[in-house]
Amino acid sequence: MLDVKESRDIYQSEFQQLKEAENTPSWLLPRRQAAIDRFLALGFPTTRDEEWKYTNVAPIAKTAFEQAGTVETRVTNEDIGDYLLDATFCRLVFVNGRYSAELSSAAALPDGVKVCSLADAMQTEQTLVETHLAKYADYENQAFTALNTAFMQDGTFVFVPRGVIVRTPIHLLFVSSANGRAIISHPRNLIVCEANSQVSVIESYAGLDSGKYFTNTVTEFVAGENAVIDHYKVEQESDDAYHVTTRQIYQERDSNVSSHTVTYSGGLIRNDVNTVLDGEGCNCMLNGLYVLRGSQHADHHLRVDHAKPHCNSWEYYKGILSDQSRGVFTGRIIVREDAQKTDAKQSNMNLLLSPDALVDTKPQLEILADDVKCTHGATIGQIDEDAIFYLRSRGIREEAARSLLTYAFAGESLGQVRIEPLRERLLDLLSTRLPHGQSLRFGRPFEYDDDFSKIVRSADKRRET
Amino acid sequence: MLEIKNLHANVEDHEVLKGINLTVKAGEVHSIMGPNGSGKSTLAQVLAGRDTYEVTDGEAIYKGKNLLDTEPDERALEGIFMAFQYPVEIPGVSTSYFLKAALNAIRKHRGQDELDAMDFLNLVKEKVKLVDLDEKLLNRAINEGFSGGEKKRNEVFQMAVLEPSLCVMDETDSGLDIDALKIVSDGINKLRDPNRAFIVVTHYQRLLNYIVPDKVHVLIDGRIVRSGGKELALELEEKGYAWLEKAPPASQPVGV
Repeated sequence: MLDVKESRDIYQSEFQQLKEAENTPSWLLPRRQAAIDRFLALGFPTTRDEEWKYTNVAPIAKTAFEQAGTVETRVTNEDIGDYLLDATFCRLVFVNGRYSAELSSAAALPDGVKVCSLADAMQTEQTLVETHLAKYADYENQAFTALNTAFMQDGTFVFVPRGVIVRTPIHLLFVSSANGRAIISHPRNLIVCEANSQVSVIESYAGLDSGKYFTNTVTEFVAGENAVIDHYKVEQESDDAYHVTTRQIYQERDSNVSSHTVTYSGGLIRNDVNTVLDGEGCNCMLNGLYVLRGSQHADHHLRVDHAKPHCNSWEYYKGILSDQSRGVFTGRIIVREDAQKTDAKQSNMNLLLSPDALVDTKPQLEILADDVKCTHGATIGQIDEDAIFYLRSRGIREEAARSLLTYAFAGESLGQVRIEPLRERLLDLLSTRLPHGQSLRFGRPFEYDDDFSKIVRSADKRRET
Repeated sequence: MLEIKNLHANVEDHEVLKGINLTVKAGEVHSIMGPNGSGKSTLAQVLAGRDTYEVTDGEAIYKGKNLLDTEPDERALEGIFMAFQYPVEIPGVSTSYFLKAALNAIRKHRGQDELDAMDFLNLVKEKVKLVDLDEKLLNRAINEGFSGGEKKRNEVFQMAVLEPSLCVMDETDSGLDIDALKIVSDGINKLRDPNRAFIVVTHYQRLLNYIVPDKVHVLIDGRIVRSGGKELALELEEKGYAWLEKAPPASQPVGV
């Protein structure tokens, strides 16, 4: 167990080694240096910090992690089989934060589209990377982002040029295999979409073996004018693992971004999604589902910044908590003075399946404009007993009825996943994560279709009534 | 088929049913009428197994066993069906999914083969006609966004699919316009069968113009105060319940 000073010293000396050993491009060095300086000044957050009130990261702060690059590991196609989605997808696989060419599989992409490891891109796409990398995610004030920025080695670079539509989903799979060792990795992704372009990106994290490893990741998105980004993040880390993610989304005029977060496993999880709507007519949809059990802790922290008028944002987060698990939801909506005609909706619904499970949910609206529509709502509850009785009165056993209603609650969220193989995978995984999930054997309780706006409308309607 | 003896039930320590006696034979339709708060719906819910009601005394013998000792899902598997007064909306679960699960659970219990998707679809296509229900509704979440009439028709439709032996209709007619009432009654009439019995709980005599009962029972203050044939309903329509409220409770178990 490290104290604060020892922890600082370790990161400082590791940074020193990194600086000496790595051929960091000269333009990046000042950003890295600024980031480590900020990290050392900020230190790890504590529960005295309002933004971290319900999530104690002391176990991370006190662990002397080994930098992932120092650990030898061998991962085969077979090992990652459970996490692959569809052979036609463009797939980039990372092992302990480092790109693995042999596990990855390219797909034919339209001309001009660049999908490669960030380490490569730093050399080959220097201008683009230099323009965008670490320009959006806030390493000045966010300690984990600062730490990532100081130590980032690899990750993904995606660039979609003006007007290009990428139909093939891009799947980024980050696996950890540490053989029980406490390693730390800092995956870093940069997704840049120019005007009128479109892309779908799936980011999934999986633990191949147990251990208290730590994944500290940052992904920056740039959605140019009228661009469309459909993004998914799937969390399947080991049950002892620490996972901190920051997703920074920057949207220009008329862009459309949806980002879905599905959190199934991991020990201590913090997911930050920060969106800046910096042009008129942007749409941003943030969906989330967390299904927690055991002693898992997952904190989902959203910040939507309406900087310009006529933008819409939706946040729909749902949680199902069993055993002694704990969930935290913070949804902050900022509407700047200029951002008239903003329409922002937020909802966080939680189902507690155990008396020992706990949820803290906190909506925060900061509205400086006077002609806006902002709604928020949070519920924490148990399964509707009237609905249970209705199902039982038709011959469905109690445990099956409970399972079905729980599945349906979450299924509504997953119904908004537009990539079918991913949606089917997530629904399958969902049934394995619910008590008596095996009783759900008559296919899907609902026909999911790609018209997710319909589901949004019905959710709106329900909330209003 | 069903013999209710001296049934007492409480809601939150308040006695609502104060000794109900009722015998229903296969093929019969019994109507339970009564003013608001008389215990009609409580009786229906107790028969279906709702646990918000506490049975304090008495029994309900169905197919030789005391129903009151069994769980709601077991009752359904044994052929009891309650059409809800207020059908529940269940987001995220489609009617067809849920009904297939229910039907196959019941078929399995009866020792029949489970239906596959194709057979189930054919069955559904046939049964929706009975209550003139739009087939598309079945792919929507259960009762979500359904009109009042659609919800009640959905109840009768489910009954038609599950083929129960004892049907308890809890104010299925309430809130229906005359066209919907005709459709619902018509559906119920088509399900009348020598092997099936109905207990029709209603507030309004009007329903009995369409579903002609074999017996009518008047429930007041938790007791059956009068039983008779279908003409009793007409008498009630004319005189209201007031003339019976002072009457002594029927001392003998009523029914045929």
